[in-house]
Amino acid sequence: MSVPTIRTRALRKVYGGRREAVAVDGIDLEVPAGMFFGLLGPNGAGKSTVIGMLTTRVDPTSGTAEIDGIDVRRHPAAAKRLLGVVSQTNTLDRSLNVAENLEFHGRYFGMRGREAKARAAELLETFQLADRARSSVAALSGGLAQRLMVARALVHRPAVLFLDEPTTGIDPQTRINLWEQLRALHAQGQTILLTTHYLDEADALCERIAVVDHGRVLADDSPAGLKREHGSDTLITMTVEGGGLEGLRAQAEALPAVAQAVLDGDRLRVTAGDSEGLLATLVSAAADRGVTVHDASSQPPSLESVFLALTGRELRE
Amino acid sequence: MRAGAVRAFGALLLRDVRVLGKNLPGLLVRIIMQPLLFTFVFAYVLPKTGMGFIGGSGFATVLVPGLIATSTFFQGIQSVALQLTQDFGFTKEIEDRVLAPLPVWGVGAGKIAAGVVQSVLAALVVFPIVLVVHAKGQAPHVHVHDVALLVLALLVTCLLGSAFGLAIGVVVEPRQIPFVFALVVLPATLLGCVYYPWSTLHTVRWLQVVVLLNPVVYMSEAFRGVLTPGVHHMPLGVSLGAMAALAVAFTAIGLRGFRRRVVS
Ligand SMILES: Nc1ncnc2c1ncn2[C@@H]1O[C@H](COP(=O)(O)OP(=O)(O)OP(=O)(O)O)[C@@H](O)[C@H]1O
Ligand SMILES: [Mg+2]
Repeated sequence: MSVPTIRTRALRKVYGGRREAVAVDGIDLEVPAGMFFGLLGPNGAGKSTVIGMLTTRVDPTSGTAEIDGIDVRRHPAAAKRLLGVVSQTNTLDRSLNVAENLEFHGRYFGMRGREAKARAAELLETFQLADRARSSVAALSGGLAQRLMVARALVHRPAVLFLDEPTTGIDPQTRINLWEQLRALHAQGQTILLTTHYLDEADALCERIAVVDHGRVLADDSPAGLKREHGSDTLITMTVEGGGLEGLRAQAEALPAVAQAVLDGDRLRVTAGDSEGLLATLVSAAADRGVTVHDASSQPPSLESVFLALTGRELRE
Repeated sequence: MRAGAVRAFGALLLRDVRVLGKNLPGLLVRIIMQPLLFTFVFAYVLPKTGMGFIGGSGFATVLVPGLIATSTFFQGIQSVALQLTQDFGFTKEIEDRVLAPLPVWGVGAGKIAAGVVQSVLAALVVFPIVLVVHAKGQAPHVHVHDVALLVLALLVTCLLGSAFGLAIGVVVEPRQIPFVFALVVLPATLLGCVYYPWSTLHTVRWLQVVVLLNPVVYMSEAFRGVLTPGVHHMPLGVSLGAMAALAVAFTAIGLRGFRRRVVS
């Protein structure tokens, strides 16, 4: 059993001030090496605070946080060697140009001049920034700045890469590019913790997702596992016409896989845990009863429904 | 581990020096302007106009230590405090440096070190100006008996200025720093025994006591002690001691405040 790359125990943060705010309310996480892990939650859920505590910038009120077995609170300088951080806002050093941002980051982590230059050149190449090496960082578009932030976080080859809502406010094309880059990093074995409030992003990238709200983890599983457990069900909607609709509804509900069947005017909504072959069964049952089916559709379980089930609210921008 | 922290500290300092180098032309203009104008007017123009009772050799001698002290001190404050407006600004760009593998106080100490570099530079630029610019026969009477003491006075001044800059930078909201800076400079200078030795204030006794709250007083007096011992000045032990104590206090305030700023 190797030590997990990230481990928190009962991690809690209460911000002081006039009104006390419980930002993180007892979080236990365990992320093994090489995993692409997601923290999914709405605004104010406590995602940035969790990252802040794991990366020494927020002092936990209680609980522990460890990176590779190193307690970040007791040994912050040692822990910082293992962290690569892309924070939610652009924190590029505006007094330095693009290449210098990478070089100096390398130097902070003990690289000598030539080594830092070489590493910077390598990353500029990887992140397609080589032609902007001498540009001022203030002149970079949001997407390029984002890429440079990721490159900078990787200069010292961190054990874990933290990305706090890296694609918020970024155009779709840039977003897809970043996804590709992150997938490539993950394929090379990079441990990644990403926060997002985009369901599709968590679904597309993460091997495991912790759904957080109000500073608590509501569920922690693979995307498929989450959908299976909480993702209520497949939803089948049929537009029907004819007599005997109520009979059809009752027959549908009696099927073992079906959780619920609701008749709403000319629409029959059937939710089911196991949807295999169900649509066909329903259509033929309707035919037997002389009911005409004008339209039928089936929606697979989604994180959207998981989220709704867990938090009681929809996650929308 | 410790070696890593030392190298990180060195790299942070190198970064600030690199940035200083990029801004050098503008920086030099700012450093040179005030002492050059002062010596030009008081050690050159006024003696020429025959108003030697204000300007002239005696006054130049009084002025030289004060100008060196204020130029060095304010350069230290400004270098650190104004940099921090950007570092702590809207984007918190210092965050990446706070993540460097050393204790957070080390990052703050790096800021002070960079301030010391910049204010030493200021002193080196200002020295020749205040020594050379004067009307014929109106040279200030400068006698350095002990170079080591001069270096010590200079370094303590630089340290005090930079530590004060860090303290202002972490206590005051970033947007307000230029304002506070402007607010502090004029009274600190005019009531800092820059243009008159502290001993001459004995005629306004209450003021003589009140100005002891002003760090600039000790610097002006200390530089008098090491540069122009002919002019009456506080004992060096007193002025240097007070400066050292203030430097320690502001360093403590600055480093603690720095941590509070970057770790929530
Ligand atoms: N420095 C602070 N002082 C006081 N309260 C804070 C501070 N930082 C965050 N909070 C509060 O803590 C809670 C969690 O904030 P946090 O930034 O961790 O959420 P988040 O999930 O990252 O949200 P977002 O998606 O908006 O970035 C919020 O209610 C926020 O208002
Ligand atoms: Mg956040």
